[in-house]
Amino acid sequence: MPDGMNIDYDGLIPNNVGLNADARVRKALETWHPGYIDWWKDMGPEGFQDSLVYLRTAIGVDPKGWAKFDYVKMPEYKWGILLAPAVPDRKIPFGKHKGEPVWQEVPGEYRAMLRRLITVQGDTEPASVEQQRHLGTTAPSLYDLRNLFQVNVEEGRHLWSMVYLLHKYFGTEGREEAEELLARRSGHQDTPRMLGAFNEATPDWLSFFMFTFFTDRDGKMQLEALAQSGFDPLSRTCRFMLTEEAHHMFVGDSGVQRVVERTVEAMQQAGITDAHDIAGVRKLGVIDLPTIQKKINLHFSLTLDLFGNEISTNAANAFNAGIKGRYREDKLEDDHQLLEATYPVLRHVGGDFITEDVPALSALNLRLRNDYVQDCNSGITRWNRVIEKAGIDFRLALPHVAFNRHIGEFAAIHTDIAGQIIDDAAWAKLQDHVLPNQGDADYITSLMVAVTEPGAFAGWIAAPRVGIDNKPGDFEYVQVVA
Amino acid sequence: MSAKLIDFRTEPSAYRHWKLEFDGNIAHLIMDVDSTAGLFDGYELKLNSYDLGVDIELNDAVQRLRFEHPEVQAVIFRSGKENVFCAGANIRMLSKASHVHKVNFCKFTNETRLAIEDASAQSGQTYICAIKGTAAGGGYELAVTADYIMLIDDRKSSVSLPELPLLAVLPGTGGLTRVTDKRKVRRDLADVFCTTEEGVRGKRAVQWRLVDEVLPPSAWVEGVSSRARALAEKSDRPRDAKGIALPRLAREITPDTVTYRHVQVVLEPARRRATITIHGPGNPAPDSVEAAQSLGADFWPLAMARDLDDAILHLRLNEPELGLLVFRSIGDVASVLAHDEFLAANANHWLMREITHYLKRTLKRVDVTSRSLITLIEPGSCFAGTLAELAFAADRAVMFAGSAIGDNRPPAAITLGVMNFGPYKMGNGLTRLETRFLGEAASVVRARSLVGTTLDADAAMEAGLVTASYDATDWDDEIRIMLEERASFSPDSLTGLEANLRFAGPETMETRIFGRLTAWQNWIFQRPNAVGVDGALQRYGSGQQPVYDRNRV
Ligand SMILES: [Fe+2]
Ligand SMILES: [Fe+2]
Repeated sequence: MPDGMNIDYDGLIPNNVGLNADARVRKALETWHPGYIDWWKDMGPEGFQDSLVYLRTAIGVDPKGWAKFDYVKMPEYKWGILLAPAVPDRKIPFGKHKGEPVWQEVPGEYRAMLRRLITVQGDTEPASVEQQRHLGTTAPSLYDLRNLFQVNVEEGRHLWSMVYLLHKYFGTEGREEAEELLARRSGHQDTPRMLGAFNEATPDWLSFFMFTFFTDRDGKMQLEALAQSGFDPLSRTCRFMLTEEAHHMFVGDSGVQRVVERTVEAMQQAGITDAHDIAGVRKLGVIDLPTIQKKINLHFSLTLDLFGNEISTNAANAFNAGIKGRYREDKLEDDHQLLEATYPVLRHVGGDFITEDVPALSALNLRLRNDYVQDCNSGITRWNRVIEKAGIDFRLALPHVAFNRHIGEFAAIHTDIAGQIIDDAAWAKLQDHVLPNQGDADYITSLMVAVTEPGAFAGWIAAPRVGIDNKPGDFEYVQVVA
Repeated sequence: MSAKLIDFRTEPSAYRHWKLEFDGNIAHLIMDVDSTAGLFDGYELKLNSYDLGVDIELNDAVQRLRFEHPEVQAVIFRSGKENVFCAGANIRMLSKASHVHKVNFCKFTNETRLAIEDASAQSGQTYICAIKGTAAGGGYELAVTADYIMLIDDRKSSVSLPELPLLAVLPGTGGLTRVTDKRKVRRDLADVFCTTEEGVRGKRAVQWRLVDEVLPPSAWVEGVSSRARALAEKSDRPRDAKGIALPRLAREITPDTVTYRHVQVVLEPARRRATITIHGPGNPAPDSVEAAQSLGADFWPLAMARDLDDAILHLRLNEPELGLLVFRSIGDVASVLAHDEFLAANANHWLMREITHYLKRTLKRVDVTSRSLITLIEPGSCFAGTLAELAFAADRAVMFAGSAIGDNRPPAAITLGVMNFGPYKMGNGLTRLETRFLGEAASVVRARSLVGTTLDADAAMEAGLVTASYDATDWDDEIRIMLEERASFSPDSLTGLEANLRFAGPETMETRIFGRLTAWQNWIFQRPNAVGVDGALQRYGSGQQPVYDRNRV
């Protein structure tokens, strides 16, 4: 399939990479397949494996009209290997190989680096499915339940994409890594997932929305950076994953927004204007704005850790090698090599924050993180508009980047949400006021009751403005089989 | 690096990078490097990476564990940081350091690592390394000094020697040698290991013998401590004994002298020379081990060893241009020998054993010091027993024959003692006399028959114990000419010559580390592929790949 636009649905594994003609990789993937299905049944959404879910399935990779919607049992979802169409004559867009034709095979000297990047990316995909597997039983609506499952099956498909690359390009080591991806378990003491945020629990639906808003957005940034890669199969894989990822962002963004909408609506109806009247607001059965802010504080800070050390040799090496670019590298106007450039880095030195100009190559993690923060802020702005319109004097905000960090420049210090450095004792006292505490968790948990009637929504969240696939409000997105 | 004075004296309350915790007969030696407390400016000690300052503290901790803690039978060596065990020597420090500093740094770290192995092998204080997080490069080299290595199997903790692929240098602090000679890793697997940047983790690390055991996180803490308890069981260290304190060493530095209690160093920069004078015991040997123990750090053999150890280190790091070290001694021969006898007679006492091994290590520090060593045996000197080793450690020993008119000091003499025939093995596994008389076993036998006999210059020459002897008429001139000539040669070729001649005889892991691995590393450290502007060390962290001269040399 030289144009890579059509998907072959004939074999066991749907694909647009000519798997039929590639006996070695096909056999490897067919060998991996049963383990994947076992993993899905063990660790995928709990209790809904036989339900019919109104899911979109990719039928092509053309940006216009690439998916169709239909009822599917999740274990029968057509997970496949889909790469965005090849760009003819694509050149390596950055780094020391800039301008050379992109690689279709892995250059030997970058093999280990590429394998590591793909493995780390791949590990996050099943991790979030595991983290979210219990949420189905407390979904606030069938609409939300369906969105959860859509995200889950697509994360599963992202795993397939990464595993394809491992099998196709990385030999025996790639096969071993692919096995390991099925063996690790989110939050497991002995076999945890590779990155911290992917071992945290997703205990409730507000966490789920926050996760898809903040943590899937990190995924988006990483995919954007890898989509620029000079290793063309990786670039094409990530480009297609990004089309799916957009929906995950939407689920998070609109999910939080609907929570905020419902909260301010209830406050208005009850005549409460003080957002800090937490007890009063909670009596209304909605989630108070300060608690939403705490969730933001938590998920934002955990996700910032995923960007790694601000100053990183690995990031520099990956860029210079042409393996991992910057966010929207193709839209940036500079020499795309950065050998002489510098970049300002906020550092913590001797008890103070200072801004230091460091070689731009070594600050690429931070640069991506800065782009990420900007992207997050657009969501915050939208949510605040809802609050503002309701005339409530409260604004959500991102905490300072040094707040609650465990990796990088600020790992060793504590700050308040404004970035004021505080000592251990002050931090111990502050924590409950800036991060969700047990009382907050108990309250939110008390709201988590499944709503399964088509068109109905739990009292703490507003209905969406439009349905999925333009379906009417009372559409039965999930036909639950008990 | 600046000309700031490097001080090897420290103590736990001053540590920036290490913590010692005690749990009965188990000690925890915890590496928790303060990234802001590098010895020099211009780099941060991130990820538990180390510089000389970190190693100075480690050396001190290892020493104190032996002397101050007879009750400690096993030491758990671990990281105080969450995600990293130790990332090895700090790369930015290495790329900024002068060649001289790098070589001295590596030598000292090598000695410290051998001291750890010496504690496990000789002192009944067994080191167990508990690796959680990555142990990369020097981090694994440190780990592999332990008798027993445990690695957590959390699917990310790993051991690696990435020097070659990452930095274009070698795992030069014994790593390469210990992988093959100590861990006995098969050579082809060692080849894979040393060229794989990310290293090896989990069960494969055990299969390849890079570690002894892997444990899942759920079994980790208990597994490590029960292993430590089991190893401690085998120790002969007395759990009920009390240690002795090692107080801060008294030392006075002036522009041309460094003065300790038992050692005096006179610096003569114009002559590129330092003269180290060792003073014999001021008191008779104690009459019981209790008495010796109550002297503690004042007990002459220990006090002298501490002074000499510090003097050698001070000269190495702070006086790099003094290429010639002249050893002299002053004191009472009988008293030196009496102390030797005392150590030998109480060799099974934990403290006497520690002191003897410390003397051994100090003498070995002299052996691997890359300065020309000349020992002058003059009237009034006390080169007997332990101190006679300095005559055999030297590149040349020259003895005064007869006596000078009007000199009422005792005539120059060498006296052999029990300590010259066993306790002070060199790195090659032989005594200095065995090494000296490699092809003449009969000379060792004859030397043994001379134990206790006061040997004058003729007798010492006859026995092959000194290089030359001169009488009063020639002494001053001959010595002056010899020293001036020595100081005029190329320091590099002298270093090479001396290192080759000093270690005759069998190869051991230790001689391979100092002789072979270090020599190759020092060569690589001079080559543009590592240290040139486009070399790997300079480019590390810049994101730019190094440019290599592809010629195989
Ligand atoms: Fe994903
Ligand atoms: Fe996603």
